[in-house]
Amino acid sequence: MRADPPRDTSDQHVDESPPTHPGNSSGWAGGGKNGCAVSKELPPPTERIPVLRWLKQNLFSSWPNAILTLAATALIVAVVYGLGRWALTEARWEVIPANLKLLLVGTYPAGQLWRVWAILYFLGLLTGFAAGRRRGLVRRISLVACAASIALAVLPFPLVTRGWLLGCAGAIAAGYGLGQLAKLARERRWIRRVETTLWILSFPVSLIVLNGVGGFLPVIAGRNQWGFMLNLLGAVVGIGLSLPLGVLLALGRRSKLPAIRIVCTAYIELIRGVPLISLLFMASIMLQLLLPDSFRPDLVIRAMLTITLFSAAYMAENVRGGLQAIPKGQYEAAYAVGLNGALTMILIILPQALRAVIPAIVGQFIALFKDTTLFGFIAILELLNISRSVLGNLEWRGRIFELYVFIGVVFWLLCYSMSYVSRRIEKSLGVGER
Amino acid sequence: MAEKPTGRTATSSSIPLWRDVRVLRVAGQILFVLVIAAGIWWLMNNLQTNLDKSGLNIGFRFLGDTAGFPISEGIAYNPTDVNGYAFWVGIVNTLRVAVIGIVLATVIGTVIGVARLSTNWLVRKLATLYVETIRNIPLLVQLFFWYFAVMLTALPLVGDSIRLPGSIFLSRRGLYMPWPVVTESSGVWTWYLVGGVALAVAVYVIRRIQLKRADRPGFPLIWAAVALLGVGIAGWFLTPGSPLAFDIPVLKRFNFEGGMWLSTSFLALIIGLATYTGAFIAEIVRAGIQAVGKGQTEAAKALGLKKGLVLRLVVLPQALRVIIPPVTSQYLNLTKNSSLAILIGYYDLLNVGTTIFNQTGRAVEMILLIMASYMSMSLLTSLVMNIYNRRMKLVER
Repeated sequence: MRADPPRDTSDQHVDESPPTHPGNSSGWAGGGKNGCAVSKELPPPTERIPVLRWLKQNLFSSWPNAILTLAATALIVAVVYGLGRWALTEARWEVIPANLKLLLVGTYPAGQLWRVWAILYFLGLLTGFAAGRRRGLVRRISLVACAASIALAVLPFPLVTRGWLLGCAGAIAAGYGLGQLAKLARERRWIRRVETTLWILSFPVSLIVLNGVGGFLPVIAGRNQWGFMLNLLGAVVGIGLSLPLGVLLALGRRSKLPAIRIVCTAYIELIRGVPLISLLFMASIMLQLLLPDSFRPDLVIRAMLTITLFSAAYMAENVRGGLQAIPKGQYEAAYAVGLNGALTMILIILPQALRAVIPAIVGQFIALFKDTTLFGFIAILELLNISRSVLGNLEWRGRIFELYVFIGVVFWLLCYSMSYVSRRIEKSLGVGER
Repeated sequence: MAEKPTGRTATSSSIPLWRDVRVLRVAGQILFVLVIAAGIWWLMNNLQTNLDKSGLNIGFRFLGDTAGFPISEGIAYNPTDVNGYAFWVGIVNTLRVAVIGIVLATVIGTVIGVARLSTNWLVRKLATLYVETIRNIPLLVQLFFWYFAVMLTALPLVGDSIRLPGSIFLSRRGLYMPWPVVTESSGVWTWYLVGGVALAVAVYVIRRIQLKRADRPGFPLIWAAVALLGVGIAGWFLTPGSPLAFDIPVLKRFNFEGGMWLSTSFLALIIGLATYTGAFIAEIVRAGIQAVGKGQTEAAKALGLKKGLVLRLVVLPQALRVIIPPVTSQYLNLTKNSSLAILIGYYDLLNVGTTIFNQTGRAVEMILLIMASYMSMSLLTSLVMNIYNRRMKLVER
């Protein structure tokens, strides 16, 4: 870990400015570890460039460049002015807070909303706990989550909501404290086990708590009208299930057994050849025909199943790319130390293969999350579809720009942070450097 | 792993059957196939029972029945035409969106991708902003934005359309623009064009052979284009009367008449798909250009190649090899994403297909048709791109 960052930066330098260091390539190939390490201890010479020279170098280096700069500035000014004027004077942003509950959780009964908060608190506690025990990315994530919930609590929501939001920050902080305490514990292994178990359990437990179980929590009707929560649930379920399925499909496609290989290849190519929306269409009308009368999964389950099966095919191709990058020597070495086929895969090959394709996998996660907006096609009221019912309300007629901007921002924030996290993980695992 | 044991069992039969890897492999595969077949059989059986119950049977004869629903745009079509033809109209509409979208997305992607590597700081940042914004917002949200917010809310009513230069009118009804129509003298001009094409091909081949003999680079395609243009223009003036007339849209009482009409859903779909896919292509283009080492450019310059030739002979062939495979899959994505048209009311093949399903109740047949259409489009595109890819690979050495 320690030695990685300097090597990483030098790598970037090689990318950006090879001509300035003619000796670099030879040093790279021939120089031993010692020589390299010494030269890398030295910080690169930093140059303080005056503003004017920076401007000249980066914006006005030549005539065409200067024209380009001016054109771009004009564009920026026009867009910022237009958008700013609209956002500050014409837009009626009240439409968002007034319908926030509808947009985010749809028809979920207000009296039962504590379940959603309970799940959030639970996850916050777990994240905080993880952050307390480790450094690095998870700590940053929980810090951002904490800050975000405090920042949201400042906004003029109803007092109850603000209370809940502050509680969220509190849960993360409490988790953090617990995590710090756990560091002091002598026997840490069971703590780790409990933590892992809780993370795994949080997945089904959240679904059950949200939906309700007969006897304890009343089952909530109208599962297909939960607004943004359905996007999130669809993404979580899809991500959680499509990755293992995709790994299996990828292994199947690379199998030496022809029957398995042909079936897996056919499945992958078939799914990748057709659009998701046609599969959703199929799930909405064909399933009635393909399943017996007694067995009719409801719309949301069908949609989640479809998006999982769809995403798994793409995931399989990503994983296959990673598997192909593993040199044969890895297999041979694993067999040489006496591992059997399954253990070789699980312990040696898959960890390396998956690590190599983290960006592609996260890209697929993001695509899956974005694709949950297609649920609207089969009459599921997710965020995008439920916003149309807001527009149907006479009071908010024509507030279409505000709503779409809001939806866009929500998706953007989540997708962007996903790709940010993936880039950080990639960096901390040192994938980019070889 | 399995080689050693199998080698031994070949000579001795002491290993019991249930531990013989060869037997296990075959048995496992048979079991796997049996399970899959049983699953399919179960589904088919359910399908048969359900169809029997509703008194339907599988068959494609309904494609010959009258469609009876209107399709507002695309090739000539009447509601009295048959279902099969209506579906064909849908396929053509999808292809239209796909082809135009692919061309636009490629242009956008190339421009933005190059802009991301610009030496100009502002341009670079703007391009990054574009890519990061577009890629992280669902396509459907963007399509809805373009269609419901921009096309149907922000644009003026047809009475006070936005007038663009060249008699192009934009309003909530869509885009009306002049369109060339055939006149009596078009036939004569067509012959000139045919001659021009023939000449262009000849020029291209001859020039190419010349260049190959001389073993030096050149631009045979430009010569060919000049030949075609020359003959075309000469023919235009030699033909009696004007070979093409422009049908210009004119605002009548309620709507425009004449000219070419593009619906708002079509425009929204094209804009949405092109900008969205363009952002992804931009990243691919950027990565492709970056993949060509700087040393290559420098070496080419050191050999004395001019700037244009460096790009054409050294950088592009290498970059394209990296770029083509992922761009192909983006083209396929665009084609598949064009199915979102159904949600903004454009009559693509999925929309027409579901309409036919709603009219006839033929679920299985329509889904098979829809899937088969998309599959064949995907296969066709990847076939064409693979051929192109192979040609680019030959440049390697």
